[in-house]
Amino acid sequence: MSDARSEMRRIIQAARSDGWVLEPDAKRLFTLAGFAVPRFTLARTPEEALRFAGEIGYPVVAKVVSPRILHKSDVGGVAVGIADAGGLAEVFRRFQVLDGFVGMIVEEMAPGIELILGAKIDFQFGPLILLGMGGTGVEIYKDVALRMAPISEKDALAMIGGLKAQRLLTGYRGSEGVDLKMLTETLLSFSSLVMELGEGIESIDINPLLCSSRHCVVADARIILRKENETASA
Amino acid sequence: MNLKPLFEPRTMAVFGVSASNYRHPANEIFNKNMLRYPVSVYGVNPRGGTINSQPIHRSISEVPEQIDLAVIAVRADLVPEVMTECIKAKVRSAVVISGGFTEVGRRDLQERIVAIAKEAAFPFVGPNCLGSYVPSRVDTFFLPGERMVNPVVGKVSFVSQSGGILVDQMIKFTNEGVGLAKAISIGNKALLGELDFLDYFATDPATKVIAFYIEGFGGNEGREFVLKAEKCGKPVVVLKSGKSPGGSKAVSSHTASLAGDYASFSAVLSQYNIVEAANELELVSFCESLSTYAKPIEGRVGIVTVSGGHGAIAVDACTARGLLVPGLPENIREDLRKNLSPSVQDIAALTNPVDLTGSGIDEDFVATVKSFCAMDDIDCVLALLLPYIPGITSDLGAKLGGIARQSGTPLIAYVPNVEKYAMLIEGFTLNGSPVAHSIEGAVLMVDALRRNRL
Repeated sequence: MSDARSEMRRIIQAARSDGWVLEPDAKRLFTLAGFAVPRFTLARTPEEALRFAGEIGYPVVAKVVSPRILHKSDVGGVAVGIADAGGLAEVFRRFQVLDGFVGMIVEEMAPGIELILGAKIDFQFGPLILLGMGGTGVEIYKDVALRMAPISEKDALAMIGGLKAQRLLTGYRGSEGVDLKMLTETLLSFSSLVMELGEGIESIDINPLLCSSRHCVVADARIILRKENETASA
Repeated sequence: MNLKPLFEPRTMAVFGVSASNYRHPANEIFNKNMLRYPVSVYGVNPRGGTINSQPIHRSISEVPEQIDLAVIAVRADLVPEVMTECIKAKVRSAVVISGGFTEVGRRDLQERIVAIAKEAAFPFVGPNCLGSYVPSRVDTFFLPGERMVNPVVGKVSFVSQSGGILVDQMIKFTNEGVGLAKAISIGNKALLGELDFLDYFATDPATKVIAFYIEGFGGNEGREFVLKAEKCGKPVVVLKSGKSPGGSKAVSSHTASLAGDYASFSAVLSQYNIVEAANELELVSFCESLSTYAKPIEGRVGIVTVSGGHGAIAVDACTARGLLVPGLPENIREDLRKNLSPSVQDIAALTNPVDLTGSGIDEDFVATVKSFCAMDDIDCVLALLLPYIPGITSDLGAKLGGIARQSGTPLIAYVPNVEKYAMLIEGFTLNGSPVAHSIEGAVLMVDALRRNRL
């Protein structure tokens, strides 16, 4: 465990110059903290991408990795449901020319409802946790619940229950709901992690957190670090 | 630091009184306390002279008594010196009325007085504030007494970052008959702020509800505030301003954008069971009902009225706030019908709301409220009273208030606020049932009881 901790600290430290932790490192950090992530690799060449996709099987997801691209969807840097090697090679060529390209994430497709799990170190209240309906429309629907961390199990349940989309999570019109116990546990682990990372970070977006009746996986994550000269205390 | 001298001073020194300018703010403070409050007041000004035939002392060292509260209303750059003299003279606390500190860019001057006070553990409020107000006890506001509206002695203590909001709220409290325990305007809150007064009022026996007007907290201060408020054992009501996002601060993550300053403030307050008032009307209503009933309810309301329209509006307001209006079981309805007067027995609608119709009389209200109070399914009674109905007397307030007190079920009444209904209203309030002057206000009072979980 302490090895995991020091590795997590090392990931944060190494990202200081960029100001944020890129997706592959953020996912490693969440893995170290005990969260589930989809099988993925960071491919720097088309060959690496094709080999990995061949191993895990199609369809796959591909996402651009660049320290200069904070919102990948905005620049067309996310492709889902890639069906074969030809498609994957084509996506690699497209991503290669994007600003600051260092590689491409190739990842298994995980089914589930798209949630956002976030954290923010607030000036007045310190660490806060956010749960909401995720995906690219997150700022349109604004269906979110906010709490000051650390949260209790009661808080976690109230956050889930407070979402307008709550019925989607419990199973709506024949569609399967999510494992609420697993989601609750994910919220509680996230709260502990945020308390531990504390002042070193500015905010975290796990978007989407893909939840189904079988899993809750961190499908994308970014950790924005606090600028060195800023502190929360006045 | 002992904050008691700020609210219960026996002796007061007012710095800055003028022998020539009778409308000087310091003179107002001197006059009103000398003439109307049980406190010995001394004027201080190096120029000397007299005020109200009393000598103005040239320095605090000339004042013959130890001073509990110094009210400092001198030019900002003289405040450090005055404060130092106060500390030397063993003054026990101060209110710094003077402006001219951080609010005009003089952070240095503010930091100097904080440093002076901290070194001596000297409690002071302000600068740039009105200070403290306790009905019939002390008033450091520089506002002429005849211009102010003075609330009666009561159970609500109010901490306000803005003096103007505090004075205005005192008018609203008075209009609604809400009593005040203590009030403090904290201005720039250089030394003493919300947290200090939350602590003080939590242990103040006269305070049953602690209300705040807050513009914003300092770094991590909000966290400390909610943790303290949750443990303080008294209902805490907060009115927040500055809800609209300020400026166009770039945010890089969805979470930071969705968890804006006000969204965070509001969510955390409710997480810690602090009752946030959306506006001034809510603040007054919440304070009124929470100062009467501190015990939380789940919010299952029994409504009695003599007008179907009033009942319908009340149900809508309840529903909009998530309060339930449960139906009455058959056996309760049968029993209630038997207890109603013959003229309404056949025409009253015995659902919830119970509509006694324009033929209803006092005893019909009494019977209905008794039924509600006996039901497990109802934990709060809303009585919508229209005193112009011929069968209702001025005694009904005291009768219903008494029943509610006996049963322990909170009862909130709506009575139109006009002079001629005053006896009916007092019948309720003197018997421990708050009265609202709008249906919406009455429902807000019920909602406050549900939202207070302490």
